Amino acid sequence: MRESIIMKIHYGTALAAVSLVAVHILMRLTQGFSESLQYGSVIANYKFLPYAGMLEIILILLSIHGFNGLRVILLELKQGKTYEKTVSYCCIAAMIALIAYGSRTIIMVNTGMI
Amino acid sequence: MGQIPSMAEENMTPSQSITLRIAKYNPEHDSAKKFMDFTITYERWTTVLEAILEVKKHFDHSIAVRYSCRQATCGSCGMIINGKPRLACFTKISELNSNVITVEPMNNFPIIRDLAVKFERLFDTHHKVKPYLIHDDTEITSDTKEFLQSPEELEQYIQFSNCIKCGLCNSACPTMATDSSFVGPQALAQAYRYVADSRDKGKDQRLKIIDDSHGIWRCHFAGSCSQVCPKGVDPAMGIQLLRGYMLGFRS
Repeated sequence: MRESIIMKIHYGTALAAVSLVAVHILMRLTQGFSESLQYGSVIANYKFLPYAGMLEIILILLSIHGFNGLRVILLELKQGKTYEKTVSYCCIAAMIALIAYGSRTIIMVNTGMI
Repeated sequence: MGQIPSMAEENMTPSQSITLRIAKYNPEHDSAKKFMDFTITYERWTTVLEAILEVKKHFDHSIAVRYSCRQATCGSCGMIINGKPRLACFTKISELNSNVITVEPMNNFPIIRDLAVKFERLFDTHHKVKPYLIHDDTEITSDTKEFLQSPEELEQYIQFSNCIKCGLCNSACPTMATDSSFVGPQALAQAYRYVADSRDKGKDQRLKIIDDSHGIWRCHFAGSCSQVCPKGVDPAMGIQLLRGYMLGFRS
């Protein structure tokens, strides 16, 4: 993939994440902050599918943005074809792993495993 | 012109004398850079290059320094003067307001010896961005003898054509310090210079060249390249304008 496309995704995910995290914070303000972190409240949020979907999208956006940012930093630290390929593939793998782990919570709640 | 203390000590006031600290380093023999101090006298108009040449002439012939035109045109005498990349021929001692002038070779360039550095990487990256007009009709065969351009079209790129390839921008660039494959502000500014030229048709080629993992996107916009340019070129702005082309804000 061309670097300009990757960077367009990088900037796009940043803007989208800022907007959605703002919505997420505003939703927290509808109840007390400590109350919103209580077990029952968190489970209720996950069970409310539109909100859970938004959390999932935030997770995906931040994972893509964060791991691409890490890739860029690592590419600046050291150069070399093998190193650069390793860094890129490791970042993609870590990104997929993080998204999978985060999604697992939402799936477990909604399938009655929790 | 600087004078040797021993020759002119009687006529000089203390305010007209400075200590010139010159970095000495030969990669073939030395493990680290060391500094040698020389006390020299100067006039209001004495440049750092003149002071170095004075030291070279009377104290240490072995000092390696590259220079040519002495009027900020050839771009040969770039070095770190009191911590900042500058042209030695374009920097007067009197304007530095310091009694100690430290000169070192430019950062981000391999050192040949003392103050002389290798320019291969600069010229390679400069060459890489195709720094010339690409046009189907470059060889004029018809009655047309020139490619006309309006003052507004000229205004788009004229400041970038002032680049003298001195390498000060690359020396000041923090990304150049860590990324050995980075194209660098000099080459990127030159890419913009030709992309923005209404006579040029090589925009897509150049944008493709700089659109890689060590190309234009690695610029952090620190802006230090623009601060040190002795010719008033603003590479940081050129890079942002180039990004505009790549993101679709400019065409």
